[in-house]
Amino acid sequence: MTPEVTLRQQAEDLASPLPPLLAAAEHLASTVMLGIHGRRRAGMGDEFWQYRPVQYGDELRTIDWRRSARSDAQFVRQKEWQIAQSVLMWVDNAGSMRFASDKNLETKGHRARTLALAIAVLLLRAGERVGLTAFDAPPRTGETQLMRIAALLSDESNDADYGQPEARGMLPHSRALFVSDFMGNIEPVEAALTKAADRGVRGTLLQVLDPQEEIFPFDGRTIFESMSGQLRYETLKASDLRDKYLTRLAERKDRLLHLCQAAGWQFGTHHTGDSAQSALLWLYSSLERV
Amino acid sequence: MFTIGALGFTAPWLLLGLIALPILWLLLRAVPPAPIRRRFPGVVLLLGLKDEENQADKTPWWLLLLRTLAIAAVIIGFAGPVLNPQEERTGDGPLLIVADGTWADARDWPRRLDRIEALLEEAARRARPVAFVMLTDPPAGELQFQAADVLLSRLPSLQPNPWTPTDAADWAQGLTGSFETFWLSDGLAREGRGNVLVSFENRGPVTVFESPRPIYALEPARFQDGNIVITAIRDNGGAAESVTISARGLDPAGIERQLAIATAEFETGAQRAEVELTLPPELRNRISRFEIPGMRSAGAVTLTDDALKRREVALIAGREGREGLELLSPTHYLEQALEPTADLIDGTLEDILLANPDVIILADVAQVSDLEREGLLEWIDQGGMLVRFAGPRLAASDVSRQDEDPLLPVRLRAGGRSVGGAMSWGEPKALSPFAETSPFFGLTIPPDVSVSAQVLAQPDPTLSDRVIAALADGTPLVTRKREGQGQIVLFHVTANAEWSTIPLSGLFVEMLERLAISTRPAMPDAEDLAGTVWAPDQMLNAFGEVLDATTLAGVSGEDLAEGQLRPEMPPGLYAGEDRRIALNVTQPDTTLTRTAWPARITLEGLAVVAETALKGALLTGAFVLLLIDIIASLWLAGRLTGPRAVTTAMVAVAALTLTANDTHAQDTQIDALALDATSEVVLAHVITGNRQIDDMAFAGLLGVSNVLFQRTSVEPARPISVNLETDELSFFPFLYWPITTDQPIPSDEAYARLNRYLRTGGMILFDTRDANTASFGASSPNGRKLQQLAAPLDIPPLEPVPSDHVLTRTFYLLQDFPGRHNSRDVWVEAAPPDAEQIEGMPFRNLNDGVTPVVIGGNDWAAAWAIDENGRHLYPIGRGYAGERQREIAMRFGVNLIMHVLTGNYKSDQVHVPALLDRLGQ
Repeated sequence: MTPEVTLRQQAEDLASPLPPLLAAAEHLASTVMLGIHGRRRAGMGDEFWQYRPVQYGDELRTIDWRRSARSDAQFVRQKEWQIAQSVLMWVDNAGSMRFASDKNLETKGHRARTLALAIAVLLLRAGERVGLTAFDAPPRTGETQLMRIAALLSDESNDADYGQPEARGMLPHSRALFVSDFMGNIEPVEAALTKAADRGVRGTLLQVLDPQEEIFPFDGRTIFESMSGQLRYETLKASDLRDKYLTRLAERKDRLLHLCQAAGWQFGTHHTGDSAQSALLWLYSSLERV
Repeated sequence: MFTIGALGFTAPWLLLGLIALPILWLLLRAVPPAPIRRRFPGVVLLLGLKDEENQADKTPWWLLLLRTLAIAAVIIGFAGPVLNPQEERTGDGPLLIVADGTWADARDWPRRLDRIEALLEEAARRARPVAFVMLTDPPAGELQFQAADVLLSRLPSLQPNPWTPTDAADWAQGLTGSFETFWLSDGLAREGRGNVLVSFENRGPVTVFESPRPIYALEPARFQDGNIVITAIRDNGGAAESVTISARGLDPAGIERQLAIATAEFETGAQRAEVELTLPPELRNRISRFEIPGMRSAGAVTLTDDALKRREVALIAGREGREGLELLSPTHYLEQALEPTADLIDGTLEDILLANPDVIILADVAQVSDLEREGLLEWIDQGGMLVRFAGPRLAASDVSRQDEDPLLPVRLRAGGRSVGGAMSWGEPKALSPFAETSPFFGLTIPPDVSVSAQVLAQPDPTLSDRVIAALADGTPLVTRKREGQGQIVLFHVTANAEWSTIPLSGLFVEMLERLAISTRPAMPDAEDLAGTVWAPDQMLNAFGEVLDATTLAGVSGEDLAEGQLRPEMPPGLYAGEDRRIALNVTQPDTTLTRTAWPARITLEGLAVVAETALKGALLTGAFVLLLIDIIASLWLAGRLTGPRAVTTAMVAVAALTLTANDTHAQDTQIDALALDATSEVVLAHVITGNRQIDDMAFAGLLGVSNVLFQRTSVEPARPISVNLETDELSFFPFLYWPITTDQPIPSDEAYARLNRYLRTGGMILFDTRDANTASFGASSPNGRKLQQLAAPLDIPPLEPVPSDHVLTRTFYLLQDFPGRHNSRDVWVEAAPPDAEQIEGMPFRNLNDGVTPVVIGGNDWAAAWAIDENGRHLYPIGRGYAGERQREIAMRFGVNLIMHVLTGNYKSDQVHVPALLDRLGQ
């Protein structure tokens, strides 16, 4: 099986217990695209809304003859106004995401892709439009889109040590999902969130971390290297560094949380040692949130 | 070689390496442990941090000490340390190694071989040509000097000989050339030893190796005043000590075992110690040899021969009860002749036959009953010897007149004859010389022996073959007939002096001896043995082991009488025509004396102090230290606690603990079961493999135990679940075995255990739990399974519990045995067919033991089952009737356990009225 098929299968498995996800749709007027978020008023859409008496100006073909035949007056059949929400995702595929501390654990990147694709599966089933940031896969509906996203997510050819969020191609008032370990430089994240907030894009920031990164269980003389080996740091007594490292990690999370709060985003941390299901549930609820 | 005390070094210069240790110490201190490289994305967060401490590059002192010790062990190890280094013997040129190779060597033969091996290895190192000679088996011709390696390969096959050197002095005289001699002496002085020594000294220096251990030997056992006297001898008159002597022989089952044991006490300075052994004749005749246990030497073994055997002779006379006429008693002379050498038995013929004597003598007995005749014939057929003496009764009877009596060798003419009396013609007849075919051949006939009356044999075609002694006129005096493996001998005269003077002469005793009725003196002299050939039957090797010797050639009687052991005549048992003679290493007058070597001879002990090379141990120690160092280093470097630590630790620990042994744990487990099962009465159930059934069976037994505890004096402990495959069953008086269709068939071993359990009084309650819907037939699944399970079991015939079975009244009076179901079909061992109800008794006197099985299908465990709080686990029946049924089920359980524990005690209660009646109540 090709990597994207495997990835998609895993994502489908993960998504299968949850009902289709309807991403909360706001500012619908600006993204006039047919979708499934009912506006509780008559308009374009597939769902029946109401019968109303024929008014002046109604075209003859709009009259619902079956309803009209049951009474003396003529009625027009109106449908609910439905629109679709666009959700754009960015999943980090840099070197740091290819890290797994134990051979029994999956890499952070794999977990991130699976979660993202699972959310995509749920959204697409609900009829939403899902895409990736940048311009590789603009938001669309349907199974084909899922194939496309899976193929693009399976690409692991990024050589950089740490990824930078891609904020291009975000439609105004759409929704966004950024998945990364956010270990790299914080400025691009800040910039991306600012840009998103400017466009009225609300979203979710999911930080995926390896358990080892959370605990720092090292002792003795150690040389730490980044995944590509570009960065290295040598210590003579790793156990002394634990507290400092943990402080810095907490600072980083705090910073991300503040950024999110400022931009109206949701922030969550997930460890690859935990169940993917719980992370998916959290994502589900965060995207559903209005 | 450089030595310190008992420690030597083969390469002492390497020890200088120890000087380098302090330098190593400094070096090790300076070098920090190698860093670990780790991939870690979180490294960005670390950038810019600084180490507070710099301790990791200082190795802790104990690790340094460990490493230094390891290095020191390696250095010392390679320096080749040797414990007890051997001093090299000087000398070169040809070397002769001489061993005595006698029975006295056999006791510490392995040590001698070790010594010879050490000498040979030494010679091999110095490239000396070596010859090896055993004086008991000197080589013919010149000495062959060979490379020591060749001799080394032959060494393991060397065996000592059970004889002593005979012509060693002559052989040593014939030696030529010059060589050094190493003599491994057995330590016993013997003739010609000085000459041998002189011959060796003429050829070169002589060193003697001798063990200071005392040498013990046993003299041939002899018979004295009805007791066996065994003499132990030793070669030095040392301190007082005691030597255990064991008498060995075949037991009635034909297995050789120790029959008696005696202790000979040497007094201080004494070289001999005697011990007397009093044994019943049956036991005494079984003894085939005496030995000092634990002493592997032919000297410590003495074989016994017929000299020690006393034949059992039964005397039966026709006339009894004539008091006061001892000299006229038909058996008086026989008793006198036989008493010193044989064991005499009195009694009726029937009793005597049971004792299975060697000889039965019937003195003037004409008729025996048919029963006695049959017994006698059978006994003769199996090798008994029946000797009959004639007399007035035999002469007057009609026995063997027309037809030959089976118990007489010839037909007899009526009346007999009397010669030389007052009323008859002629002189009393003398004996004619014995024919060559007669067993009496060679006995001298005293001139004053005469026969005045005899019974006459009818002339028959077979008569001449059967005559073994005749009178001068040719009439038979003694006739003999062989019958099966035995023989029947008839003396045609009386056993007393009425008819002849034979019983008064020495000839009588000799004739009895020749007939092997009495045994002869210990060792026949050379004249007796002249011209005879003796076949070796068993032989002794130098180690005192008895071997089969039937392949050896026979030896002449003269040689045997001389008693000089040779390769052709090893010690052993020699069989002649009618007796066996034992030839032992020692003679009755043997004395053991230490060799007194002249002062000029170097005397060394046998002990070889083995060189112990310590190199291996030291290097192993260094290796272990380094392994410990690995673990310690890993721990210090954090690799034992970080990721992948488990694998690292496992590898390290596996390297240290190479072997693990958990059999001990298993043993203690079995012991624990035994303790649990035997410290109190415990009920047990068989584990079926079905969890639910097993739990129910356990709960059921818990319920019964509880009820027993409350109502009876039986106080069982918690029940035990028994695995038929692994657990020992014999601890349990009672097994409950619920049947499920899916339980596995036990293995053969388990069935063997079950059968042993049933035979030794265990009881199994089989419960098909199906209410006997098929009425104990084959059609219910559980019933079929039960048949399958019970097929290999040793189960007696069964019957439904009869109304008077002891099970109905061991504690409660019961007629029903319900469980959860209330079926009446409960089967127990069938009563014997002859069990009958005695008049006035309420029940029959049934089988004595406990029935080994009770089979039913009432699902008793369900009715009995209680939980830990004592509540019943399963509902039984409905309402009060159900509770009543449960109560009866409990009572059945009580009765069953009582039956198991008390057996037929209640059955015996029927006798109480009778017993009370007899007591006069």
